[in-house]
Parts: sequence; structure tokens; C-alpha cells
Amino acid sequence: MSELNELMRAFGEAGGEQGVLADQGTAHLAVSSHSILSSRVVEGIDVDARETRKGISARIIVREGVKLQKPVHLCFGVLHKKGTQEIKMNVKLEKYSSATFIAHCIFPNAEKVRHIMDAVVEIGEGAEMRYSETHYHGLYGGTEVVPKLSVKVGKNGRYYTDFSLINGRVGKLEIDYDVQAGEGSVTELVARVFGHANDDVKIKEKVVLAGENARGLIKARVAVEDEATAEITGITEGNAAGARGHVDCMEIVKDNAVAKASPRVQVNNPLAKVTHEAAIGSVDKRQMETLMAHGLSPEEAVDVIVKGILR
Amino acid sequence: MALLEVKDIVYGAGNDGKTPILSGLSLAIEHGEVHALLGTNGTGKSTLAYLIMGCEGYRPASGEIRFDSALINGLKIHERARLGITMAWQEPVRFEGISVMDYLSIKNRETDPAPFLNLVGLAPELYLTRMVDRCLSGGERKRIELASVLALKPRLAILDEPDSGIDMLSIQDVINVINAFKKGGSAVLLITHREEISVITDRASQVCNGKIICSGDPEKVAEHYKARHCLTCDGVECHYV
Repeated sequence: MSELNELMRAFGEAGGEQGVLADQGTAHLAVSSHSILSSRVVEGIDVDARETRKGISARIIVREGVKLQKPVHLCFGVLHKKGTQEIKMNVKLEKYSSATFIAHCIFPNAEKVRHIMDAVVEIGEGAEMRYSETHYHGLYGGTEVVPKLSVKVGKNGRYYTDFSLINGRVGKLEIDYDVQAGEGSVTELVARVFGHANDDVKIKEKVVLAGENARGLIKARVAVEDEATAEITGITEGNAAGARGHVDCMEIVKDNAVAKASPRVQVNNPLAKVTHEAAIGSVDKRQMETLMAHGLSPEEAVDVIVKGILR
Repeated sequence: MALLEVKDIVYGAGNDGKTPILSGLSLAIEHGEVHALLGTNGTGKSTLAYLIMGCEGYRPASGEIRFDSALINGLKIHERARLGITMAWQEPVRFEGISVMDYLSIKNRETDPAPFLNLVGLAPELYLTRMVDRCLSGGERKRIELASVLALKPRLAILDEPDSGIDMLSIQDVINVINAFKKGGSAVLLITHREEISVITDRASQVCNGKIICSGDPEKVAEHYKARHCLTCDGVECHYV
């Protein structure tokens, strides 16, 4: 079986739609370890991807005014038990363009795998980018994922990201996102993670509302069980008039797991407003009772509630 | 034999359990009967509901709760639910990430939730894909809770003040819901402090100071209830005429 087929098989097993790479109208980039296995561009998007010693380096540009109808699929995987994959990404959405990126990160056999992402994103005036990243790490807990992202959102631009790691073990996760939001822009950062065994989850997300009337939302939904640990830091700064930000963190803790949440809000302009909420604890008793009154066992009720918040 | 029999229930609240809430309350509900439980605030209506449902922390100090003649004092909520008892809460909780469609078929995936939404006055095409979360108003959430209880087709549905709340259900909506339960063969314990609703039931009881003080024909019980002088029960002095 070719490496690409093997990657696609793992992708399919992780719930991905395997046919997507065969679609002529869909741009994609498939990478296994430090090999580019497949790529396709469509009208309006430029991709310059190169293999490096430990991974790949890619520059992606969505040209001015281009609105991609189909999502760009990025498939990053390490199929071996051990290895390091470093992804350097530079993404630019030119003025008034829009694109959706769906990243699939697959490490099904990882016993000692490091996946390091270092991405710089620039969103031009009036442009919109949606970035969804879904991970599948297998059952061994040997994955270390370190995604670092620096985003600049231009005037009236929009940036939405949704990070999801709810299938398989997490291993070690250390997210570090930083967004500079320009005038009238909208930023939404969402992370959903389910940690098991001795998984270690660290999420740090920061939105600086630098431009007037910029809006930002940081939303984290994390569940930890067994001996897993989670530490969530959501930072929002309101630095301009009319800026509005909110940090919303919810963590469900089971067994001997430990969770921390540090929403940090700062306002440097009297006409800005930033709010936060954080809830950490076991599953809500009244939610449990309501579901149990519907006939669900306590275990089934917890499962429904946890899946709900991670949805 | 009654479907539900509550016999001489004593229950106290507080850390030491010594603040009396129910003091020897007895009540029976027959198969398929719609029974209204009337009472002012703080008389123990919701406490009785939680005791019947088996909520955490609600175990009687003495007395028996029997369902189909079997003693259920020691059963947990889901065990009681599996016998056919369920409840629509006075202030239903919200669930993040659970759609109305999933919520209404949470126990039985084969259930078509649409007819139950219609019964509570909500258009399925507008609500099935919405989440049971903070985006719903209080009234919408209450209607969805009633629909979910209807969908379970319980043998006994406890409805804790379905008419209360900011976005109130109209009396006609409550009547429609009760008729739907009745048509489906469910018995209903309808907790309310609105006497005009109690008159549509088969039987009514009035609770005061942790005891049933009047029981029987709904209109007569409603008349008795209307004659009260007190807005809340202080548990010390009875202001009934």
C-alpha cells in the first residue's frame, strides 16, 4: 500500500471523507512526515509547498477578491510510531477574499511523535478565513502537538478557527495562538479537547482587539478524566474604542483529573469592553438528574453531557 | 391498587435535616389519573416531586413511596425512570451541544420528535435543529421539556408548575399537554398554584405545611384553595378560614 493510500486509510478511519482528495475542484495538500504526497491548487489560490529536513514549509495565498467555494483540505500525518513533523505555514488572504481550510492531523500509531506547527496568517481588508483543525492521535498517548499561530486580521476582516481533539488520546498538547484584530474585524477562537489517562492539555489563546470596534471571542471546551491535566489561558485585550471581547471557558473534570482556567482580560481604552466566564467542575448535577429522569444511567448521562460540550 | 402511593412521608431540609418540609404527607394517584397538587409557595410541592423522582438528597426520613405496589424508596432516578416515572422540571436546565431533536429522542432513537413539538405549540421546522441551550427563552425551554416528557410516554409524568415562568405557557397549552398525556394512558401529577388549571384534572389535592389538607373533586379543592388568606405558608399558624 502506498504511503498516500495508507494516510487516506487512517484519515478515513478517523472519520474523514476519503474521496475529497480525488475531487478535481478541491484544493489540497497531503503530507506524511516530511514528504508531500499529494497537492492540488484551484483557480485563485497559489500554493508553494516544499519539503524540509523535518517537515514541510508552505506558503498559501488566496488572491484578492477570490471566494473559494470549496474548502481547502490540509492533511498532515505521521504514520510511524516515532518521528517529528514540523510544519511551517504562511497563509495570506488578500483583500476581500474568503476561504475555508480544513486541516486533518492524523497520528494513529504514535508512540513518540512530535507535531510542531508554526503558522503565520495575514487576513486582508474585508477578507474572511475559516480554519478548522481536527486531530486523531490513536490510543497510545505518545503524541506531542505544539501548534503556534500568529494572526493579523485586517480592517473588517474575519477569522474563525475551531480546534478539535476529541478522538483518541491527546498525549501532550500545547496550543499558543495570538491574534491582532484590526478595525471592525471579527475573531472567534474555539478549542475542544477531551483528555484521558495522563494526557496533558495546555491552551493559551490571546486576542488583542487593536482596532476600533473589533470583536473577539475565545471559547474553550475541555473535558479531562483519569489522571489528565488541563490548563486553559484565555487572554483578551481591548485597546480601542468600541472593541468588544469575551472569554468563555468550560472544563469538566472527572476521576482524578485536574483542570485550571485563567481568563485574563485587560482594557486599555475606556470605550472598550471585555468580559469573561469560566466554569470548572464535575458534571452539573441538575443536568445529570434531568437526563437520568429520561432513563439514562449516570454513565450514559455523563457521556451525553461531555459530548455535548465538545460538539 | 393505585399506581403511585405516598404514605406518611416525613422529610426535613437543612444540614441536620431538621427543618420540616413534609410531615406525614400521604397521596395516591391512580392509573391514568390526572391529579393536581395545589399549594402556595413553600408548602412542599416541589419537594414531593423530587422525593417521588428520587433526586439526590431527597430521601424521606420515614414513610413509603410505592409504584405499582413496589417500594421504590431506595431506587435511583434512572431506575425510577425505567419503571415509567419521569418529570418536567419547573426550571429546566440548558444543555450545550444537544439539539432539540437529540433531546427529544435521547432514550429512544426511533422516536419521531415532531408530533411532540406540535403538541406543545412549537413548529418542528423551526426548533428541531436548535440547541437546548441558552439561546432558548424560558418559555421555549419549558415547552421543550414538556415535549421531551411526552415523547417518553411515561406511566407517571410529574409536571412541576408547567404554567410558571417568565414566558408563560397559556392555560390552553397546558390543557393540550395534559390531554395528550391522558390520551397516551399516562397518569399525571400536576403541581401548580393556579386553581383555574386544577379544575381540568380528575382529582386534586391541596398541600399546606407539608401535609395534604384537602383532597377530592378538583372544583371543590380549588374553592378551598381560593379561600386561603396566606400568600406563603409560615408553617406556624394556619390562616385558612
